[in-house]
Amino acid sequence: MTAQPLDLNLRRYMRPLGGGTHLTVWVALALLILFGAWRYDNFLSAYNISSFLQYNSMFVLISVGMCLVIMTGGIDLSVGAVAALSSVVAALLSARGLVVALPAGVLTGLVAGAINAGLIVGLRLPPFMATLATMLAARGTSLVVSDRQAVSVDWTSDFTGLGMNKIGPILPWTIVVAAAVVLVAWYILERTSLGRTVLAVGGNAEAAHLMGLKTSRALVFVYLFSGACAGLAGVFLASGYGAGQPLEGQGWELAAIASVVVGGTLLTGGMGSVPATVAGALLFGLVFNLLNFENGLGVISLSAYWQSVIRGAFLLIVILLQVRLARPAASKA
Amino acid sequence: MSQQNSLTGRGLGGVGEAPAPRRSRLNRRFLGLVAALAALILLNVVLTPNFLAIQTLAVNVSQVATVAIVALGMTLVIATGGVDLSVGAVMAVAGALAPLIFGSAWGQANPGLGLAAAIVAPLLVAMCCGLFNGSLVSFLGVQPIIATLILFISGRGVAQVLTNGNLQTFSNPSFTWLGTGRVLGLPVQGWIALGLTVIVALVVRKTIYGRYLLSVGGNERAAALAGTPVARVKIATYAIASTFAGLAGLIDVAINSASDAARVGNLMELDAIAAAVVGGAALSGGRAPILGTLLGAVFIQLVGYTLIANGVPDEATFIVTAAIIVIAVYLQDSRRRT
Repeated sequence: MTAQPLDLNLRRYMRPLGGGTHLTVWVALALLILFGAWRYDNFLSAYNISSFLQYNSMFVLISVGMCLVIMTGGIDLSVGAVAALSSVVAALLSARGLVVALPAGVLTGLVAGAINAGLIVGLRLPPFMATLATMLAARGTSLVVSDRQAVSVDWTSDFTGLGMNKIGPILPWTIVVAAAVVLVAWYILERTSLGRTVLAVGGNAEAAHLMGLKTSRALVFVYLFSGACAGLAGVFLASGYGAGQPLEGQGWELAAIASVVVGGTLLTGGMGSVPATVAGALLFGLVFNLLNFENGLGVISLSAYWQSVIRGAFLLIVILLQVRLARPAASKA
Repeated sequence: MSQQNSLTGRGLGGVGEAPAPRRSRLNRRFLGLVAALAALILLNVVLTPNFLAIQTLAVNVSQVATVAIVALGMTLVIATGGVDLSVGAVMAVAGALAPLIFGSAWGQANPGLGLAAAIVAPLLVAMCCGLFNGSLVSFLGVQPIIATLILFISGRGVAQVLTNGNLQTFSNPSFTWLGTGRVLGLPVQGWIALGLTVIVALVVRKTIYGRYLLSVGGNERAAALAGTPVARVKIATYAIASTFAGLAGLIDVAINSASDAARVGNLMELDAIAAAVVGGAALSGGRAPILGTLLGAVFIQLVGYTLIANGVPDEATFIVTAAIIVIAVYLQDSRRRT
């Protein structure tokens, strides 16, 4: 308890990055980037950076949505399937242009989020089971709607512009949009009563409710937000890779959960950091990216299958570190 | 929360417990599931051509057996208040190991010993996966979802590394008997699933482990204060779940005479959780309705079969399964509130 004033001071300085224990993930990210730049020739090439950002913008999005959900003590297993469904919907509507396909994809996500919210807030189902059901339903719907085929987008419309165009040589539009969403999420959490309620619900839902906070509204909000993020990620997928893909997104929910955990957020809710989650998502992507480069050097040859093994090992290390970091805090509580 | 279905297990029966009304309520749920199953079978007798053929039964039994076996272990894990996402990946690991062992030079030189090793070694490896999960959960206090997420992510990768991602096809009649053999006209794996269900139900009802299991899931702190070896119980439970998953992986591979690390056990964690929940397990723990889980697996299987046999596309069964889960959890939740 005596260390607490110091602790608070540190937090204030590091707040923009997520503060306190979340700093680790930024340091790890910086170290990995430095390592890559030192070891591989084309690591900092415009092509690598832009394709890395383009691909990972989807994971940044769903991870941020997941982060808000987890802060309330919930979980959203449906994001991968919802992204797949949204990519199919957006691809089917791509002939009408971005102005129709983009909102349609996001709306798909919002509908899924509304279903989640209805099941969790309305029927009081546990989030794990409710979003599991939505996941199955969304996957089934995307397979039915697409007739099990990848749905090619209309290349003559402006739809693919969002996923493929860049600002300058490095910045894909998708990461710009994702960054905007991150900023919105961060602003809501840090600066609005809605955001405070999100954290309060995760800390102690009962107490928050008794204090007169609008806990239901906060819960509905996070599932809608997560759904919208997944929907947008699906639009990115269809737009950036030229097809709506009903079978894509398997395991995305778990990748997102892993990113959130790597970012230092505990699944029990009540705390967490949007910026650190973004760093967690980028860190996960970077591990893949570095492995590809390492393979390219030809010194070692790791098949693609090793990547998931290494990702799992990486998650294990992060968790072991977190256990050490979290222990003192937990025993105080 | 230590109440149990009287057909499938029993609560602690401790001081201050009022088992009678609770038990009847749980019985009602179990009977509801039986009634739903009976209605579904009746519907099929009317609707589905050739439903009463022994072949139909065999097909359904052979398809549901692996889910049921995994779901038994999942039910135990859920009873502790946890969940095991790694079962599908563990299936893939076990399924990849078996052909490697009996197909190796040593295995072919000693067919008998090779076959035994090809069954025992994958099960041991699977058990180690469970020990790993359980240790993370109980010694380090990692949340079960996260702890089992590690093997979910990397387990399948390990299986793919072992096999180089290749489809291993093989012809080994003694091994494939596990998945294609018939005993009394029904698939072997159906009998295995049934036998395991009975054993696990008895273990939950009759052994100290069963009592510990329910008390850990019911109220972990109280259980610890009462002297329950919480850590050991949890680790054992995860080890059992993973071993069952390994067995299911062996059966899956035996059915197909082929092991594809990318496919074996894919999405099995969801099927198993669904079966357990439909059977009456609550994610909050403290309940281990073993017979219910078996019926839950059969129910989901039969609904899928009914739809497909009547021309509904495969994909739509996902949506129906989702609806079943929602209904099952909703009924459970409303009962818990009363």
